[in-house]
Order: sequence, then C-alpha cells, then structure tokens
Amino acid sequence: MSTVVKGRKPPRVGDQPLFRRALIGIVLVLVALIILAPLVIIGVEAFAKGWAVYRDTIVHPDTRHAIMLTVLAALIAVPVNTAFGIAAAWAITKFDFRGKRFLLVVIEIPFSVSPIVAGVAYLFVYGLQGIFGPVLDAYGIKILFAIPGIILASMFVTAPFVARELIPLMQAQGRDLEEAATSLGASGWRTFLSVTLPNVKWALLYGVVLCNARVMGEFGAVSVVSGNIRGQTNTLPLHIELLYHDYQATGAFASASILALIAVFTIIAKVALERQGAGRVRSDPLAAANPAEKAS
Amino acid sequence: MNRLLILGTALAALFVTPAMAQQPTKLLNASYDVARELFVSVNEAFVKQHPGVTVDQSHAGTSKQARSIVEGLEADVVTFNQSTDIDFLAKNGFVSKDWTKAFPNNASPFYSFPSFLVRAGNPKNIKDWSDLARDDVHAVFPNPKTSGNARYTYLAAYAWANEAYKGDQEKIEAYITKIFDNVPVFDTGGRAATTTFVERETGDVLITFEAETRGIVKQYGADKVEGVIPSVSLLAEFPVAVVDKVAQKHGTEALAKSYLDFLYTEEGQRIAAEFGHRVNNEKVAAEFKDQFPAIRLVNVEDVFGGWSKIQSEHFASGGTLDKLYGSR
Repeated sequence: MSTVVKGRKPPRVGDQPLFRRALIGIVLVLVALIILAPLVIIGVEAFAKGWAVYRDTIVHPDTRHAIMLTVLAALIAVPVNTAFGIAAAWAITKFDFRGKRFLLVVIEIPFSVSPIVAGVAYLFVYGLQGIFGPVLDAYGIKILFAIPGIILASMFVTAPFVARELIPLMQAQGRDLEEAATSLGASGWRTFLSVTLPNVKWALLYGVVLCNARVMGEFGAVSVVSGNIRGQTNTLPLHIELLYHDYQATGAFASASILALIAVFTIIAKVALERQGAGRVRSDPLAAANPAEKAS
Repeated sequence: MNRLLILGTALAALFVTPAMAQQPTKLLNASYDVARELFVSVNEAFVKQHPGVTVDQSHAGTSKQARSIVEGLEADVVTFNQSTDIDFLAKNGFVSKDWTKAFPNNASPFYSFPSFLVRAGNPKNIKDWSDLARDDVHAVFPNPKTSGNARYTYLAAYAWANEAYKGDQEKIEAYITKIFDNVPVFDTGGRAATTTFVERETGDVLITFEAETRGIVKQYGADKVEGVIPSVSLLAEFPVAVVDKVAQKHGTEALAKSYLDFLYTEEGQRIAAEFGHRVNNEKVAAEFKDQFPAIRLVNVEDVFGGWSKIQSEHFASGGTLDKLYGSR
C-alpha cells in the first residue's frame, strides 16, 4: 500500500539523499564562511596580544566611554522608537484616515535611505548653516556634534523597525477582536493593553531586538553628526574605526568583541524570553487575548 | 512617572553638558584621522606646562572635519594635513584669511612627503620614481579620486616626471598611466592600502607619507618592510590654525594660540619628529639627522602654481587625473 502512495506522490526538491546532503553542505559552508569566520576572527585578533592588552583596551577611558555612549543611545532610542512603532502600527492597521498610505511610506523612508544621507540631512537641518542651526546656537543648545545628535541620528535610522514588524501581523489579525472588546464596553486603552498588545508581543519583541542591534551598530549616520571627539562623542563603532586607522588592530578587535558580545546577549535574551512565553500564548492567542476568559 | 523623571533629567543633563565645555580651560583640537597618537603625546606635554587645561581630540578626514566645524563642531584649533581644508574654513569666516602668516613656516609646524615602503631587503631594487613604471613593479596606493594621501602621490610622481621629461606632456602622461596600470588594487583610503600591502602582501612598493612609512615599520617590524627615500618628492605640509570664530565664543584665543605655538617649541618639535615628521627646528632636526636622510623637496606653488590651479587642472571632473585614471 505504502509503495503505491509513495509512487503517486510528485517528486519534491531534496528527495534524493545526495541532493539533500549537498544542499545542507552548501548552507553549512556558506554559514561558516560568511557568518562564523568573521566572528571567530574577531575573537582571535582581540586576544592576539594576550589578555593584558585586551583588558587594557577595554578599561581605557575612551573605550569605556564609547561603550557607555552606545548603551545610552540604545536606552533612549529603543524605547522611543518602540512607542512610536506601536502607535504607528496601531493607527495604520486599526483605523482608516486620510493620508494613511502616505504615513506608511514615510515610516519606510529610513529603510530605503542610506544612513549617510540621513546624517547629511541632519547637518542641513540642525547644522550652523542649516535651517534651525542658527536659532539653536543663539540659545546655546547643541544638537549636532554632541550626544543629542547621535541619539537623533540613531532614532532616525531605526524608526521603522518596530512598526515594520507589527504592521503585517496586525493587518493579518484584523480588527474583529478590538471591535468585540469595544462592543463589550472596554475602553480604548483597555482594548489595547488586553487585546492588541498580547497578540503582537512576539513580533514586538523581535522588532525591539532588531532596533536595539541596529542602534548599537549604527555607523554611517552617527559618523556624520558625531564630530568624532574621543571620550565625548565617539560611539563604539566609531571608536573601532578610529583604533583601526591608528594601526591598533588589537584594540579595534577588542572593542569589536565587546560590540559582538552585546549583540549575542541581546539575541540570547530574546530567545530566553520567547522560550518563557512560548506554548502558553502561541498555542491559543485568543485565550490570552480575551479579557473575559482571563478574568475567570 | 519615576521613569519619566529619570529620562527627563538625563535629557536635561545632555543639553547642559556642552555648557561646561565653554570654560576657558578646555580646548578642542580637530585633526586628521591618523594623528591620534601624535596628539595624545603632544597634549600630555602641553598640559604639563598648563596645569588644569584639558585638550580634547577629534579625528577624521580633514575635509569632513572642516565641514563639521562649519556646521557647528566647536573646535578651537585645527591641525590638518591639507591646506585646502583650512582655506575652506577661511572662506566661511571661521579662520582669518591670512592664516598662513599667523604661524611660522606657512603655519606648518612640521612636514612630510610621499615616500616609498618596500619589502625587507628591497628585493626589486626600487630606488626612485622611475622604477614605478617598470613592468615588474607593482605600486600600491589608494584611489587618488577619494584619498588625499594618494593625490599627493599622484602630484609627487607628476612633479618628478615633469623634471625628468622636461615638461613633455605626452611623456609625463604616459608615465603616470603606466604607474596606474601597474597598481593591483586601488583602495579607498591610506589605511586600507597599508593593509593590502603589508597584510595581504600584494604589490612591491607602498607609496605614502614618510611619517606613515615609519609608523608602519614600527608596527609590522623591520624584518618585513623598510622605507626607501626617493631622489625628489613633493613637500606635504601639516597646516595649523586657530578657529577664531569658535575661540572667540569660548574665550580661548590666548590658550589656542599658545597650544599651536607649543608645536613649534623644541619639545613640540621633538614629539613630532618622534612620530616620523620632519621639523624645521634646527636643534631637533640635528638630533634626528640619522633618521631623516636628506631629500630634495619641491613645493606645490613652484611646480603647479598653487592648490587652486591643481584643483581646476588636475582634480576637477574631466581634469588630467580623470583622463589618466580613466575607467579603472
């Protein structure tokens, strides 16, 4: 019997063992060459001159400041962009209004614009020769070549990440649940907290992780508005470039290893959070989404 | 609520911080990208003489630095490696028009020139610019369209050819084309070209500033590479200026001037020489005589008639460089 069924099944790609192994082999080789090899090199080069040199680089005030600045940028840019992303996705998927399509396009812009263009655009807006520069200068407010500029540039580049993760999912989920909640007398805020948010929290988490990784790694836009003052406006990626240009390859790789470590921790945190919540919510999104059931 | 408060305080702190930078005990020196270590040493020595003063450093390509200053980077002094970028500041009113007269030697405390770095033992026997056009010699330098360093190399080669071929335009251009043909890879910047030459072991001779070649020998070891000084090269100045507009705002004019003056003192000159730069102070030059073999240097004004002429004839789109570099 089974042979008959097998024989009638249309042949699929990867049915032959040889072909399958070749495919897997190619993927493994590519992963090793493209992703693993550079990561390993970072570790090897960072410790090329021993632990002492590595430690000296990391505890150097300039490196420490660069790490702090990068973390600070993420601490501000990620929450702001998360709030923005949720609000934008909520507005776009749950309501109809004039200019909705336009808003969608605007949110996408930072994705399609090269970061260096974003940085230069900030120069033209907030620079001394720009639109607001002279006014800001008159009041003694510094945006460019100071920390606010770095945070603004980071926020611009990462603005779409959360919204982009949420919009497709929220569109697919439709508005039925929200409408039901509203008809049962839930306030808008309550509907959002008890219905919408639980439904999208994994997509939200993923968006936040992506956003965070990008803020910390951002180079182009920040490079333009930072002013490269060591110990003041040098973020970790800029610091790495500086060391590299200074023939301090070991220092550059040591700093790069910190950046890579932060990235790895972010991913681990994401996986851990997902594990913790998986099963409970994923198996039945409606159970968690329905406030009535939760209350009972 | 609490979180909002903390965030608010943090944001307020961010905006307040720059105000502290306006105390007259602080200087910001905007410099070129590979001068970090040099000015770490200079600043240490300067601060010893001026206790309580801190000198912050900003490093990037000088064209970018000049643009940043015009857009609001509050640097009190600039220490660049291209005078055209200070001219840009002067044109925008940040630096006085006659800045070259404000300090000795054309406001250039130290100088260098495009020089050669070859593999240890000089296996291809590369001695001078003429060797670069040999079929078996592959020179490495960055793309002259994107790198200021490589523009100096181009101009130095041109200056040599101009003398060797007595101004015969056809021969000069054939020579430059031949060098370009022999370059295995054009990197975007000086640092990348160094990596290509030393770490990937591509090419026979790296052309970059003499000061750089010394740094590279120090980094990679004399058993791998060694410097070769050509018979003639082009003077590369490292011009400095007080950014008047910023210094006036900060009240740091006097401090800024004494900082740049310091570069001309015996101590400042010695530090510059230790980092491979040639200096004009006779006493220091004598101390470092063994490290700096004599070389005949020509300057941009005499050979090319000044930077603005070079810009329009060589580097402008459709100029000589475009023609010779072609569609590489």
